[in-house]
Amino acid sequence: MAETLEVDVAIVGSGLAGLRAAIEAARTSNGKLSVGVFTKTQVMRSHSVSAEGGTAAVLYPEEGDSFQSHMYDTVKGSDFLADQDAVELLVKKAPEEILQLERWGMPWARRPDGKIAQRFFGGQSYPRACFAEDKVGFFEMSTLYDTALKWDCITFYPEWVVTSILTDGKRFVGITAIEMKTGDFHAVKAKSCVMATGGAGRLYSFATYGYSSTPDGLVMAYRAGAALKDMEFVQFHPTGLVPSGILITEAARSEGGILLNAKGERFLKRYAPERLEMAPRDIVSRAMYTEILEGRGFEGEEGMKYLHLDLTQIGAEKLKTRLAGIREICMKLAGIDPISEPIPVRPVAHYFMGGIDVNIMGKTGLEGLWAAGEVACVSINGANRLGSNSTTECLVWGALTGRQAAEYAMRNGVRELPKEKVEGEEKRIFDGLLGKAPRENPYDVRNELQQTMERRCHIFRDEAGLLEGLREIKALRERLYKGVADSSRIYNTNLVNVLELENMIEVSEVIVISALNRQESRGAHARTDYPRRDDVNFLKHTLAYYTVEGPKLEYISPTITEYLPTERKY
Amino acid sequence: MSGKLQEVRLRVYRYDPSNGGRPRYDIFSVPVKKDTTVLSALLYVKEKLDPTLSIRFSCRMATCGSCGMMINGLPRLACYTLVSQLKSKTITVQPLNNFPVVKDLVADFTDFFGKHRAMKPYLLRIDTYEQEKSNISYRQTDEELLKYIQFAYCIRCGLCYAACPVVATDKRFPGPQALSQLYRYYIDSRDEGGGERLEVVSDSHGVLRCHFAGSCSQVCPKGVDPALAIQLLRRELLFGRRTG
Repeated sequence: MAETLEVDVAIVGSGLAGLRAAIEAARTSNGKLSVGVFTKTQVMRSHSVSAEGGTAAVLYPEEGDSFQSHMYDTVKGSDFLADQDAVELLVKKAPEEILQLERWGMPWARRPDGKIAQRFFGGQSYPRACFAEDKVGFFEMSTLYDTALKWDCITFYPEWVVTSILTDGKRFVGITAIEMKTGDFHAVKAKSCVMATGGAGRLYSFATYGYSSTPDGLVMAYRAGAALKDMEFVQFHPTGLVPSGILITEAARSEGGILLNAKGERFLKRYAPERLEMAPRDIVSRAMYTEILEGRGFEGEEGMKYLHLDLTQIGAEKLKTRLAGIREICMKLAGIDPISEPIPVRPVAHYFMGGIDVNIMGKTGLEGLWAAGEVACVSINGANRLGSNSTTECLVWGALTGRQAAEYAMRNGVRELPKEKVEGEEKRIFDGLLGKAPRENPYDVRNELQQTMERRCHIFRDEAGLLEGLREIKALRERLYKGVADSSRIYNTNLVNVLELENMIEVSEVIVISALNRQESRGAHARTDYPRRDDVNFLKHTLAYYTVEGPKLEYISPTITEYLPTERKY
Repeated sequence: MSGKLQEVRLRVYRYDPSNGGRPRYDIFSVPVKKDTTVLSALLYVKEKLDPTLSIRFSCRMATCGSCGMMINGLPRLACYTLVSQLKSKTITVQPLNNFPVVKDLVADFTDFFGKHRAMKPYLLRIDTYEQEKSNISYRQTDEELLKYIQFAYCIRCGLCYAACPVVATDKRFPGPQALSQLYRYYIDSRDEGGGERLEVVSDSHGVLRCHFAGSCSQVCPKGVDPALAIQLLRRELLFGRRTG
């Protein structure tokens, strides 16, 4: 029988958004509420640590930057699908988050006068990305994790794999989780909850994401009745290190790096004549992919074609101070020193613009449940996110949702957990799966799923490919015979991997169906059979609702307050 | 980049407390290339040969600090150790020394994180209202940043803790990770914790317990020098004043 535990506010996920939410919930209640952070990883291991380049905020309006400019850049970058009221909130809240992190100990890079320094990022008109070398996410996580330790009311539940969200039909009442260390199954009562489980990039084989980035939070919310919004928009970052997919930060280009094809051409001249390498990611990645498709890429040893990111003109000094992290990775894992050699790169799955449908304040359709960070879709990113806006989003909506979840918890009590659902979940996992040898190796099924997503639902898409992808996903779902070879209750990662795989299949289906139905090209979603943006029919967010027959789609219009769609040129 | 396939033997420590609890070693033969890391070799084992193997890992880029383990007797990150660099036909992998074992290669970090927390690893300010509620930025020069930044690279992977001979014999010794983080905040120009910070490490199990084997600094994958931090802390403790 499930062990029962009670907290006031449950935070699911311990990345930037989750930690920021936990601290804000603690602050809002002056330490009076118990805040439980439930996380699949150990704390400090979430993939936010791997964010590299910067966090956008307008800090120096007196020098020419403005909220208006940050807002317009973001809206234009989103291919006009972002909700403009939400973008306005983002840009206005961003500076205080940067300064708050600073007062908690963040080692921001400084100007000579001791003020916070900033660098350029793609699609941003001013240098407004605050940074700390090229380890921004790591230092932000460190700062938030350490600051969270100040609060006795925050309790971490590391390596607790949350498996479901419990509701009474319309209100959040709790979660279920497996404690990895003991194998115990827990039902957790909570008054409110913030989902902050991050992106789902491991749906692709070539991805910047860590292995832990699977769509668990997305699926839990989806199954509990929340909609998944704009899931067809997957960001491919231009520069993934070949062959591992490790991120080479956009800051490498902002500091002066250029992209070259196999003929030695700086090909972006033909695609984004003004901004070149500093155009938004969707545009640069499409340009790179086109170069490769048209035969101007380098041929890798296992057929993985790539281009060159040339940092040699940046100079050793700057590379060592501002891009130390990527230099170290290139040297250690690829045997390349970017001071003197180009880096082999190709576009790589990096970010999900889509996520759990939330309103401007981060609230889901379920009472008592909020979502923040990459798992949520507010939407400030629309069809394409600008670099350096995601960490900002984590901080801003982490704080906003943490505060609201705390306020809600101060007004409301805990409710009874639906006993039959808790028992059903425990049965699904432990009676249904454990110790039953699966007919198919789940890792083979996962690899095939990743290949399907790479082949059918990548940078360029078309109807035939997406339909084929959908067939393949359905076939994989059939093959996912539910069983786990490892019968141990203790730290059973085989079990977790099987649960993750089921979630991966579920979300892949939503992505492909959403992509199939969006018969236009917008931002990161490029349909070769519908190459134009279609504002008449598709200036809309996709909403996918869970049904037993598969996702049911609906569409809603984005909020447009100031900027009507125009042609997007860089 | 890659190269031709070769085979390596992985000798893997196995232990499941729910299963009689007797440790053993399993041997797996794994194909490797020039750029294969110990982590990818272990994942090959898990995905192709034995799904019951438990490993902790995530980012595979030496940033999340999950995959610390003993590799041929030394604490290292599996994702940052190339099989080819080890130059041995058999690679032995064990859970980190000085940590209790949860299962197989997975170490229990409860005490480790607890010791980190005991150092009050956050900025202490006298004016907490300003720290929490204002909208100002403290100033910091590059020179001031340089005093602590190398210690802020700590990814809490536990390699130094596993290498420390004092941790092995004195469970109350905070260890090099925690002590270096104490120094990181102590020396930050924005911190006002001052001498009070040192009280927690001033007894006989504290900073004076270190006998400077220096192994912590040797094994750190991020270039942190905890031995230096401990030495500087000791100076502060003995000479009483924040000399910087």
